[in-house]
Amino acid sequence: MVIFVASALTYLLLVWAGGAIEWLEVVIAIVFGGLMAVMARRWNPDITLRHSWLNPIRLARFVVYLFGPFLFALIQANLDVAMRVITGKINPGIVRIPTGLNGDGALTLLANSITLTPGTLTVDANDKSRELYIHWINVTNEKPGAEDICGTFPKWARRIAE
Amino acid sequence: MVFAIGILLGIGLIFNVLGTISLYRFPDVYTRLHGTTKCTTFGSLFTSAAVVVYGLSRYFDGYDGRFVTLSLHVVVAILALLISNATGAHALARASHRSGIMPLYAVVDHLAEDEKNKGGRIS
Repeated sequence: MVIFVASALTYLLLVWAGGAIEWLEVVIAIVFGGLMAVMARRWNPDITLRHSWLNPIRLARFVVYLFGPFLFALIQANLDVAMRVITGKINPGIVRIPTGLNGDGALTLLANSITLTPGTLTVDANDKSRELYIHWINVTNEKPGAEDICGTFPKWARRIAE
Repeated sequence: MVFAIGILLGIGLIFNVLGTISLYRFPDVYTRLHGTTKCTTFGSLFTSAAVVVYGLSRYFDGYDGRFVTLSLHVVVAILALLISNATGAHALARASHRSGIMPLYAVVDHLAEDEKNKGGRIS
């Protein structure tokens, strides 16, 4: 049902051209939405979409996170790596950080945020101890906590997805 | 408006060029991935933002609905780019480490140590 609504709305968004939507497009959207829902069920019957992702407060927090701390860290990290490209000074290593996150969605969000900011790259994850292995381009501390690498990201991931 | 679009395209181009240079300057696959992530996040984000600004400005010129569609499609493309970039870089790094490519000049490698202690793969 979630997939049906989401894909129908996405289709309508894609064909929307600033005016009224024709009824034929709505019919096509419903047909394609149903098709997508059936295909997703066939493809992975165990698929579970948690309804907490549809909570508007969480979605609003996600948008705030995307344009607030995440964008700031992105700019900072981009300029840092740009300087490293020019000067060629690197000090790489793979470090292990504890995240303290329980949900799979939160861990995925955190790992993707870390990979998107240049200078840090998620190499592997330990599902049981909830630790991430991060390739870090400038190792300043051989036993870092989560704050040394990604600042306030874990807190935000917990607030958004747990 | 042309000025703003030019600035956005310029920033995007500079970061794309730096990302490409990093492929030559950095020694191994992991550090090169850092460089190319910069390419897709900042470079392509800014060039896509230029397209969005262009589409919106053309829309407010004559209220032609096609340009809203153009901007919307580019926003969807940015989202797809961010998701596929993160997961793709992660998949490449994980596959390289599993194939035994160790990071060059690394000062510390906790993943290899843990795998040795455990005598197998972590996950």
